[in-house]
Amino acid sequence: MPVSAADPQKTPRAVEGRAPDVFRIGGWVPMRQYAESEEVDFAIVGTGAGGGTLACKLAEGGFSVVGFDAGAYWRPLEDFASDETEQSKLYWTDDRIVDGENPLQLGGNNCGKAVGGSTVHFAMVSLRFRPEWFKSRSVMGYGLDWPLDWREMWKYYAEAEEALKIAGPVTYPWGPKRPRYPYRAHEMNAAAHALAKGCEAMGIGWTETPLATVSAPRGLSSPCMYRGFCVVGCSTNAKQSALTTWIPRALKAGAEIRDLSMVGRVEVDASGKATGVHYLREGAWRFQRAKNVVVAGYAIETPRLLLNSANPQFPNGLANSSGLVGKYLMTQSNQAVWGLSKDEVRSYKGPPSLALTEHWNYDDKKDFFGGYAYMSQGPLPAMWAKTQMSSRQLWGAELVRSMQDYNHVVGLKMVGEMLPQERNQVVLTGEKDQYGLPVPKVTYSWCDNDKAMIRHALGFMRQAMEAIDAHDIFDQDDDTNHLYGTARMGDDPRSSVVNADCRSWDIPNLWICDGSVFPTTGGVNPSLTIQAIACRTGDRIKAMARRGEL
Amino acid sequence: MAKRNSLSWNDKTREIIDKRLNVPREPRFLTPVEFAVLEAIADRIIPQPDDRPRVPLAALVDDRLVADVGDGYRSAGSPRLREAWRQGLAALETEMQARYDRSFTQLDPSTQDLVLKQMQKGELDHAAWGTMTAKEFFKSRLAHDIATLYYAHPAAWSEMGFGGPAAPRGYVRMGYNERDSWEAAEASEGKEDQARKDNARVGR
Repeated sequence: MPVSAADPQKTPRAVEGRAPDVFRIGGWVPMRQYAESEEVDFAIVGTGAGGGTLACKLAEGGFSVVGFDAGAYWRPLEDFASDETEQSKLYWTDDRIVDGENPLQLGGNNCGKAVGGSTVHFAMVSLRFRPEWFKSRSVMGYGLDWPLDWREMWKYYAEAEEALKIAGPVTYPWGPKRPRYPYRAHEMNAAAHALAKGCEAMGIGWTETPLATVSAPRGLSSPCMYRGFCVVGCSTNAKQSALTTWIPRALKAGAEIRDLSMVGRVEVDASGKATGVHYLREGAWRFQRAKNVVVAGYAIETPRLLLNSANPQFPNGLANSSGLVGKYLMTQSNQAVWGLSKDEVRSYKGPPSLALTEHWNYDDKKDFFGGYAYMSQGPLPAMWAKTQMSSRQLWGAELVRSMQDYNHVVGLKMVGEMLPQERNQVVLTGEKDQYGLPVPKVTYSWCDNDKAMIRHALGFMRQAMEAIDAHDIFDQDDDTNHLYGTARMGDDPRSSVVNADCRSWDIPNLWICDGSVFPTTGGVNPSLTIQAIACRTGDRIKAMARRGEL
Repeated sequence: MAKRNSLSWNDKTREIIDKRLNVPREPRFLTPVEFAVLEAIADRIIPQPDDRPRVPLAALVDDRLVADVGDGYRSAGSPRLREAWRQGLAALETEMQARYDRSFTQLDPSTQDLVLKQMQKGELDHAAWGTMTAKEFFKSRLAHDIATLYYAHPAAWSEMGFGGPAAPRGYVRMGYNERDSWEAAEASEGKEDQARKDNARVGR
């Protein structure tokens, strides 16, 4: 088997007019390249759900695009093992400091460092927002309104679902009508059946989870083999990540991807316009000129880059006249209830969350704001050991004994909306990382509403577990996941960083396109919404370019 | 390991598991003294049976320290991965010398367990811990690293009945009490022989 010898985490692969063919062992596809002296239309920092999608949309719109990613350019078929430890190479494991009353756990389930970003290891759950969440302040009385209209977003959700060939149920039980999912839903595993049984006992709806992994062949992607290592990277390319969908399309349309390229600074000239990006590749700091810069590094790297790009004209960082860059960081509550079934469940088989309920996203008879979904679970061994240790303080013979019940474990895990608070934030510290860039500090504390929702969810999920006769039930009360905020969008430059088009208020050719633009989180996983926003932003940029408004 | 050459393991998985099984048994980052303390701790965090070769946990932790890849976050007050381990092991030894006038390695197992329980609860508080609390060290480094590395070892997978690596073949039977022939069978009371027979076939 011809496997390339050089370590893709040390030597860039996307060079000399070609990029790795993610669908073939040792394969290559042609890639257009741009000179650093050439002023490209768009330099995009980050190639995940936001940057990867936008790179595709802009390249297909005829713009010259260079996408930068700090991570490696993987070929899943040859580079991915069925192994949690090895695959932590997909995570952002650079130095970060966490504090606050409820410090976040970063690295694994909320940060990726690879071409394709965290979509390379996401759980593929692809859900739409509840329409009211785009106007949660005026319609539901909490959080704040988005500058986007749900009816327009419905169209972009459909575009993203089609691009990823989402495999979902025939009819989705909640929210306004949506088109049929492109691919049929996946078969449910025992863990998903346990969720369904619990929901039925509790008298609430459930559904097969719409997932970004194909249930039938698609081009060079073969159908999901239910191997269950989804959250550490799909080694068979069933997963529809940015790496296997948007980026191949972007390359075909003439975009360049630069792997192992860490952008450390966005340059702004005296007229107050961005002129390009400074990036570290192969041991040297380089500069790429660009007419527009898009920052798409997610909710920690995006503010870190904007803050670190401060200059005499913008002493508090770029796009920060509101003072909100890095502020209003949000995560989602990811608490769980676990128990044992008398039956063998073997939840390691299949995608981890094959069934879910959004009941508490749509039922407003609650004593707190916001909503949550909960999903079936399939933890891999090391993750399960971690859960046993953090939630039950087990170690020693007790841990070893408890781990032997692994094949009988069932679990329900929430994805819950946390409210925006100014005190939750990302700031730069005086410590430096391996790039010589300031290490970020991430501060997080839950508010009373967050705690009330967690109590509600843990209580409800426990009843659902009892209803299916699970025994040895315990709560996992400390987990959180996805990240949002830190560069939020809005209608007012005083209270937001970007407008509805993801364009910064302060620097007209600086854009931000990732989860950091979310003003609120909603109670569903973010990736589909990030991709829908990127699709919209791409269309808006094309329209503005036609009118000479760029 | 019976499945190593089956359709459930791809080349990359064979490569990295082979490397893990052949991890150098001698310390490369830690000093021999630190390594001995770590071995004694690992014996208590994950007690291993005598009827199979032991998973070399201290060597696996040391290997992680050589690679020096962190978790992607650390609490304010805690140093980075390597310094955290160095500082934590040193603080434990200093506190043991102050309290028992001997090394952790020289304590009897029940005292070792007691000390680890106290560390878990944050009841070790010698000045040597510095800005990193004993509780934080136990939770984020010591128990965390030892146990996650143990459950990354094929011996641990077999012990818990996990199907192990699964590409490219994946799985077919996913429902309650369903098992593909390449998954280990669970022994139920009185049917141990059947399970043994089924499990002889998982490598095919």
